Amino acid sequence: MAKDKALTRLSSPQALEALRASIIKGRDPNKTCITVCGGTGCHSFGSEKVADAFGQEVKRRKLTAKVEVKVTGCHGFCEKGPLVVIKPQNIFYHRVNAEDVPEIVSETVIKGSIIDRLLYTDPSTGKKITYEPEVLFYNRQKRLVFGSNGLIDPTSIEDYLALGGYTALGRALFKMSPVAIIEEVKKSGLRGRGGAGFPTGAKWESCRQAQGDTRYIICNCDEGDPGAFMDRSLMEGNPHSVLEGMIIGAYAIGGHEGYIYIRNEYPLAVKNAQMAIKQAEELGLLGKNILGSGFDFSIKISRGGGAFVCGESTALMASLEGKVGEPRAKYVHTVEKGLYDKPTNLNNVETWANVPLIINHGADWYSKIGTAGSKGTKVFSLVGKINNTGLVEVPMGMSLRQIIYDIGGGIPEGKKFKAVQTGGPSGGCLPESLLNLPVDFDELTKAGSMMGSGGMIIMDENTCMVDIAKYFVSFLEGESCGKCVPCREGLKRMGQILNDITRGKGKDSDIDLLEQLSSTLIDSSLCALGSTAPNPVLTTLRYFRDEYEAHIKDKRCPAGVCKDLVTYLIDEEKCPGCGLCVKACPAEAITLVGKKKPVVLDQEKCIKCGSCYDVCNLNAVIKK
Amino acid sequence: MLTLTIDGQEVKAEAGATILETAQDNNIYIPTLCFNEAVSAYGACRLCLVEITKGKRERLVASCLYEVEAGLVVKTNSERILSNRQMLMELLLARCPNNKAVQDLAKKLGVEKTSFKLEDNNCILCALCVRTCAEVVGVSALSLVGRGTEREMATPFYEPSDVCIGCGSCAYVCPTQAIAFEDAGDTRHIHWPKNGMDFKLRKCSNCGKYWAPEKQLEYIIKRANLPPEAFDKCPDCRD
Repeated sequence: MAKDKALTRLSSPQALEALRASIIKGRDPNKTCITVCGGTGCHSFGSEKVADAFGQEVKRRKLTAKVEVKVTGCHGFCEKGPLVVIKPQNIFYHRVNAEDVPEIVSETVIKGSIIDRLLYTDPSTGKKITYEPEVLFYNRQKRLVFGSNGLIDPTSIEDYLALGGYTALGRALFKMSPVAIIEEVKKSGLRGRGGAGFPTGAKWESCRQAQGDTRYIICNCDEGDPGAFMDRSLMEGNPHSVLEGMIIGAYAIGGHEGYIYIRNEYPLAVKNAQMAIKQAEELGLLGKNILGSGFDFSIKISRGGGAFVCGESTALMASLEGKVGEPRAKYVHTVEKGLYDKPTNLNNVETWANVPLIINHGADWYSKIGTAGSKGTKVFSLVGKINNTGLVEVPMGMSLRQIIYDIGGGIPEGKKFKAVQTGGPSGGCLPESLLNLPVDFDELTKAGSMMGSGGMIIMDENTCMVDIAKYFVSFLEGESCGKCVPCREGLKRMGQILNDITRGKGKDSDIDLLEQLSSTLIDSSLCALGSTAPNPVLTTLRYFRDEYEAHIKDKRCPAGVCKDLVTYLIDEEKCPGCGLCVKACPAEAITLVGKKKPVVLDQEKCIKCGSCYDVCNLNAVIKK
Repeated sequence: MLTLTIDGQEVKAEAGATILETAQDNNIYIPTLCFNEAVSAYGACRLCLVEITKGKRERLVASCLYEVEAGLVVKTNSERILSNRQMLMELLLARCPNNKAVQDLAKKLGVEKTSFKLEDNNCILCALCVRTCAEVVGVSALSLVGRGTEREMATPFYEPSDVCIGCGSCAYVCPTQAIAFEDAGDTRHIHWPKNGMDFKLRKCSNCGKYWAPEKQLEYIIKRANLPPEAFDKCPDCRD
């Protein structure tokens, strides 16, 4: 973790290239570098202690000159954290503890031998994997935007520069006109990664052409979808890639003031973005007369107060202005009248991070990746009932099956896949029959779901789809701003109906009513939160209608989740009276009646928590 | 002036006018609860939805917010609008089943009963009071508290407001009479749905009648730069 020396302002693209050359020259590509993932997942597994232990061990053994320790952003394979990769060989250790560190240094770093127990075993082949690129989770991805996360210390602008960072900015400022940049982005086919998938180049063009002298550039990092952490990991792990995209966009659009709106619950993202801005300012990559081009652009950070709705562009802008974060009608688009009623171009973190790639490699290269209507890659957060929880980046058009099984490693404990929810809380739940669906903006929409910002929640056979719809509706009920009648009152009523159904109080007319309510929310809501909110209900009705019917007509929850509809019974033939369940029951509803005699469960006392079912090894507790 | 069509009728409007204003000027009825020309449009009740056709694309917009365009074709009563309006009215009726204004409008829109569990509110959270207090009175004593289904209308933190002048504009503008307002003796009592405040009334130096809140008179004197004795007498006793 070498600290950077004071940065001197760069006044020309040549100076930037000279600095880059000197950074690269000063680095030995064969020097051992121990990278420890400092992303959110690994951090919660204790990666900070691991990194500290490496630092101390390297110092203790007086290896500081030969071995570098680097804390990087999220590598993506969160399930197996803390992750350690030793470069240049790319030796991949997973689930590393601070106690493993002295051995890693003495055995692997000094002697070059591999520690078997820290190697990851591929579950499909049972083979141990030594090198990171051989891990199936990684090698089936296409990590264009996210790939550098594992290579750089996000607090070091030198690391970003060494990988070619800000080359695109130099090219954009000195070799391209603003209009040519917009044309390139249009030609690339890049669509907004924040949710709606609006063509980025067209948005930039409208904003550039809008009337007015002041134009604002905004980066939306108010990621609020449950289970989603793509934007967080990019902002934490590679903030300069986002800044570079924003500066290029600002130059193309003609904006001189930018904001990054980050939710306050992402303290590391805030910190790393702040540091990146400061470094870029010191180097003259932000501020007045960037790289001597005459172009001025500055970025400020605004921290969100934790409202999901503030991810909606007009609510975000209201919040930035210091007002209550409520959406307004977009009959006049924000590219014409946005922040402070001035033309404003807002893009999501991942969208901005794609821009340097397009400028560096060209629209032709970029548009070869993906499908006809959706170009490039997309980062997804793969969570829920999946073996390889983490962040994955794949080309648009990869099938759900490939993402879930080939990269995600399938469903844990050999359980059956039931559904995948894409697009965040207002996305849809797609069934097994759609696993071959190519994932892109249009296909997901056709299937009743959406891309959203890229959340992917996997559900197994033990999931009740009515309960899931109820969960998402209740999330949105609390996160609706409450301004317009359909969203506020409609979601409340949807929640009540779903609650009744899961409690065995559903009526035959409920499904119709849910559909009517959904149609009103879609048609009449003020903003996209309301108009997309029915998606979880409509898709579960479309693909899992039989479950609704079982709840309503038979008062039965097929997945055995809805407590009011579940009964636990003891299988007297299987139960040996071991008493495990008796100890586990918090309600003292189960009693032992004698040695080798089946236990007795008192239905009156049973609170249906399922503890007995979970603890029984002999399947002697039946859930009905 | 530009020309557009509303329900088959060709109408003229100034650029910048909304569809709702244009319809009202031409005696075309569009229901609304959250619109009042004294304050900026808000688009919350959604009852004023109309269907517009632009090229091949048809869509629903809130007519209180959508500005007229030349050649725009507007429908105020299509099947799609009516079914949305009726569902919105059912939602409002379930929220305020005992409120006369809501009952009357529901009836007018053909909604006799609601499919949902009944609550007992009068406030529909249209924020007309909040907007009037901020934009017309200029004191911003009222606010909407919380979000989602927890949203309520109250003074900040449900505490007596330091800035409220007791003028009662909120009660006057409320479309559902959800704000109670009463002068008794030397006191004015205003009760919003969740909290209330009392205001001392000024006594007329001539006839002895209590006629307006002290705070309101002080506010007007300050705003209009009037002499302190400007409101010693009630309007009836002034020359």
